[in-house]
Amino acid sequence: MALFKKKIVASGVDTVENAAATPDKLQPWKELGLKEDEYARIREILGRRPTSAELAMYSVMWSEHCSYKSSKIYLRQFGEKVTDEMKKHLMVGMGENAGVVDIGEGWAVTFKVESHNHPSYIEPFQGAATGVGGIVRDILTMGARPIAVMDQLRFGAVENPDTARVVHGVVSGISFYGNCLGLPNIGGETVFDRVYQGNPLVNALSVGALRHEDLKLAKASNPGDLVILFGARTGADGIGGVSVLASETFDSTGPSRRPAVQVGDPFAEKVLIECCLELYKANVVAGIQDLGGAGLSCATSELASNGNAGMRVQLQKVLKRDESLTPEEILMSESQERMMAIVPKKDRKKFEAIVNKWEVEFSILGEVIAEPRLYINWGDEEIVNVPPRTVAHDGPVYERPVAFPSYQDALNADTVHSRGLFRANESGSDLAAQLWQIVTSPNQASKSWITDQYDHYVGGNTALAMPDDSGMIRVSETSGLGVSIATDANGRFCQLDPYQGARLALAEAYRNVAVGGAKPMAVTNCLNFGSPENPEVMWQFKQATAGLADGCLELGIPVTGGNVSFYNQTGDVAIHPTPVVGVLGVIDDVARRIPSGWQDAGNNIYLLGTTRDELDGSVWAEVIHDHLGGRPPVVDLAHEAALADLLHGASLQGLIESAHDLSEAGLAQAIVESCLRFNMGARVWLGEICERDNVDRTCALFSESTGRVLVSVGREDDVKFAGLCEARGIPVLRIGVTDNSGELEIQDVATFGLEDLRTGFKATLPALFG
Amino acid sequence: MKIGVVTFPGTLDDRDAARAVRLAGGEPVSLWHADTNLQKVDAVVLPGGFSYGDYLRCGAIAAQAPVMREIIKKANQGLPVLGICNGFQVLVESRLLPGGLIRNEHQHFICRDQKLRVENVDTAWTNQFSLNQEITIPLKNGEGGYIATQEELARLEGEGLITFRYVDVNPNGSMNDIAGLRNERGNVVGLMPHPEHAVEPGFGPDTDVAMRSGVDGLLFFKSVLNALVNA
Repeated sequence: MALFKKKIVASGVDTVENAAATPDKLQPWKELGLKEDEYARIREILGRRPTSAELAMYSVMWSEHCSYKSSKIYLRQFGEKVTDEMKKHLMVGMGENAGVVDIGEGWAVTFKVESHNHPSYIEPFQGAATGVGGIVRDILTMGARPIAVMDQLRFGAVENPDTARVVHGVVSGISFYGNCLGLPNIGGETVFDRVYQGNPLVNALSVGALRHEDLKLAKASNPGDLVILFGARTGADGIGGVSVLASETFDSTGPSRRPAVQVGDPFAEKVLIECCLELYKANVVAGIQDLGGAGLSCATSELASNGNAGMRVQLQKVLKRDESLTPEEILMSESQERMMAIVPKKDRKKFEAIVNKWEVEFSILGEVIAEPRLYINWGDEEIVNVPPRTVAHDGPVYERPVAFPSYQDALNADTVHSRGLFRANESGSDLAAQLWQIVTSPNQASKSWITDQYDHYVGGNTALAMPDDSGMIRVSETSGLGVSIATDANGRFCQLDPYQGARLALAEAYRNVAVGGAKPMAVTNCLNFGSPENPEVMWQFKQATAGLADGCLELGIPVTGGNVSFYNQTGDVAIHPTPVVGVLGVIDDVARRIPSGWQDAGNNIYLLGTTRDELDGSVWAEVIHDHLGGRPPVVDLAHEAALADLLHGASLQGLIESAHDLSEAGLAQAIVESCLRFNMGARVWLGEICERDNVDRTCALFSESTGRVLVSVGREDDVKFAGLCEARGIPVLRIGVTDNSGELEIQDVATFGLEDLRTGFKATLPALFG
Repeated sequence: MKIGVVTFPGTLDDRDAARAVRLAGGEPVSLWHADTNLQKVDAVVLPGGFSYGDYLRCGAIAAQAPVMREIIKKANQGLPVLGICNGFQVLVESRLLPGGLIRNEHQHFICRDQKLRVENVDTAWTNQFSLNQEITIPLKNGEGGYIATQEELARLEGEGLITFRYVDVNPNGSMNDIAGLRNERGNVVGLMPHPEHAVEPGFGPDTDVAMRSGVDGLLFFKSVLNALVNA
């Protein structure tokens, strides 16, 4: 049968000649996800109808996922709202596979976060695994050695029986793939919320390090250079995944359009990484591109378009897993663990020796030509003849309708105060019960059940990892130069106010990098939203991108790249807008990093920043009252910058023993985590916070006011530290002392045994999923 | 002293093992799986990872690699060999150590700081420890459950070949809490936990003194240098 099918295909291939001769042939543009005007535009560009292979290429490259057609007009501001100062350390900005930042000493780092949401709902294990694989190849493509991964996960409600299916699949997929690659997993986020029930978010981040001179770009510019596909063979996996999976929502009543999710082989990827790094070292690669979404369609058109050149490709040279694949399927296949290299002819032998050493298969598909035209042949027949730029970069751009959500005003008016949820002068025992309920709730409890399934040691350079506020990796083993990364997004805040929500995510990630002792330098993002065809979702997107761009300008750190994931909704119900913001920091010597927990008895505990009555959208409102309404906390980015500066200065002088960010569940959560990190007791009092900031004890414990950090300071450094805070105008209050009591005493509220706290804190996730 | 560190396709902790050798005062020499020349190394480390993608069975394909033929031959003549995690699996598959390693009892990959007891210090890789010393080094594996027949276990216990035992927590369901073994001669040692991840302050397990300051793994590598000097 296979032979029979192949014969049909070979004889029925739709050539350029045939396309010109049969202009009226009906084509399945609609089924491939194209709109009528998009199809018309393709015909206009080509001056004829596209061949079926060309149609496949355009449809997949013009999908939302690849073309950013709905988001482009908003993403531009990340490149516009920048100063020269912000660009100073930027070696490669937006538009490449990943941004590259100069971190000094001849080193650069590249980092990016990307979504793999839709595949991870259908097939959680492979969806999450190939999400890791894809982002790691993006980093590798820049010429960097990948040095760490992180993941940002959002699941449905823990009570829903389907949640465990997704959690188990996603966590073991990340564990399987990341661990086999030998990349330490240094942190991430896990949030459970019913809004993600039918649309879990699986974002994966990778960071890589390179010497300045090793930077590689995805371009083919020298005529005569060879176009080489290497790595895994091409199979039928993920065909159409990009255009179909990412363009349509999961409507259970509609027709099934769920093609196979890609299948990952981390062993093949590990070998590919080492092989590529050896190729780079031998300097035989003039340009390189990974094959991810849109596979060969993307790699060939982008390489040629970026290099202002063209390419001649013989598609029959592609090594296949399945000989019955049609040319269109080969062009759309998203088989994993493949790369495309542009290699000068003189370096062919050296290239072959290296790939052969690693037993990696390769095939020479064709060569670069000066004419900016992409010609693809199937045997003797020409099946693609297009200007590569029209496929890769000049896709449609939409200015979609935007509308202020009809529910927004009512949502903002519905506060914890207007609902009467806030009761003044709550008793100590009630506060203690609330604290326990919060720190043992699924979102606030220890995530070690998940993170213990990830290798965070491999490589021997991990300086900070979960449960610390950021992940930190040493880059130079001689100087100790390193980088740290934190990612954050609070979907609840974003639902209340997407502009402020994005700034809150930025502020938190920035602060999380600063508390580790690093200097924030650059930003990446993964913008997870509902359908762009819904004007209210588009308003959220518009607000969030503006908030993030304005925030970055204010903090003086550039966005280096990112990813947009639309259509995260079930039926008409979209997820909360979830713009994951990742901040990269640099530290001159990782030996100087600041722990997140208390290590020594007798240290003073200081709270930096001001506490306000800001419980709307908080964990307290969610866990205690199942409420979402009002407005999110106020963000003061100038204060965040001053705070980061203070922490950096104090760390340089060795004044602080620990620092921990206050965010979800406020001071209560930070105190508990600081105790449990190294099993150190403490006595804490709230009276002075209430008095100075004029707030109630409920607010003192659970308010999520921004710009606050908990630090511990040795007694001998007290005076110096207080002076430093005063000089920089940072509000500071001594609120406790660490001790060896084995207890956390919150005066006039309760005393908790640390063992009890630890047991409760760690038991939640295993009880649900273990 | 030259200590070979083998890289199979899919090996992950080779750079860490080389760093550990260097920090202990030795000279690491990289050995490639397809080579048969051991470059006159004085000892060999088989590091952790997923050699050949763990296809077939963990360590099974690596045990057949050209470099292993030489290592097995030399190990039988007394060459010190340390197998860590996947390296331990390779040693078991090579029949240099008895028993087998299966999927963790709880079915999950686990990464944790693991306490062990060093129960045998008469080996090339443990002579710098004191008997029954408790150490903490990272453990990270998906298939670390040690199994053997009851007869074999009785022999191992009787002959004192059990070199490391898990303390407090048995992380993977290993029989008799076995974390690592030696051969009769004491030149070949294998264990699931990772000494090479506890060799440098700042990057090891947490201790009571400071975050990530544990360096208990360094003594493995100092032991072999000591054994070679006194050989």
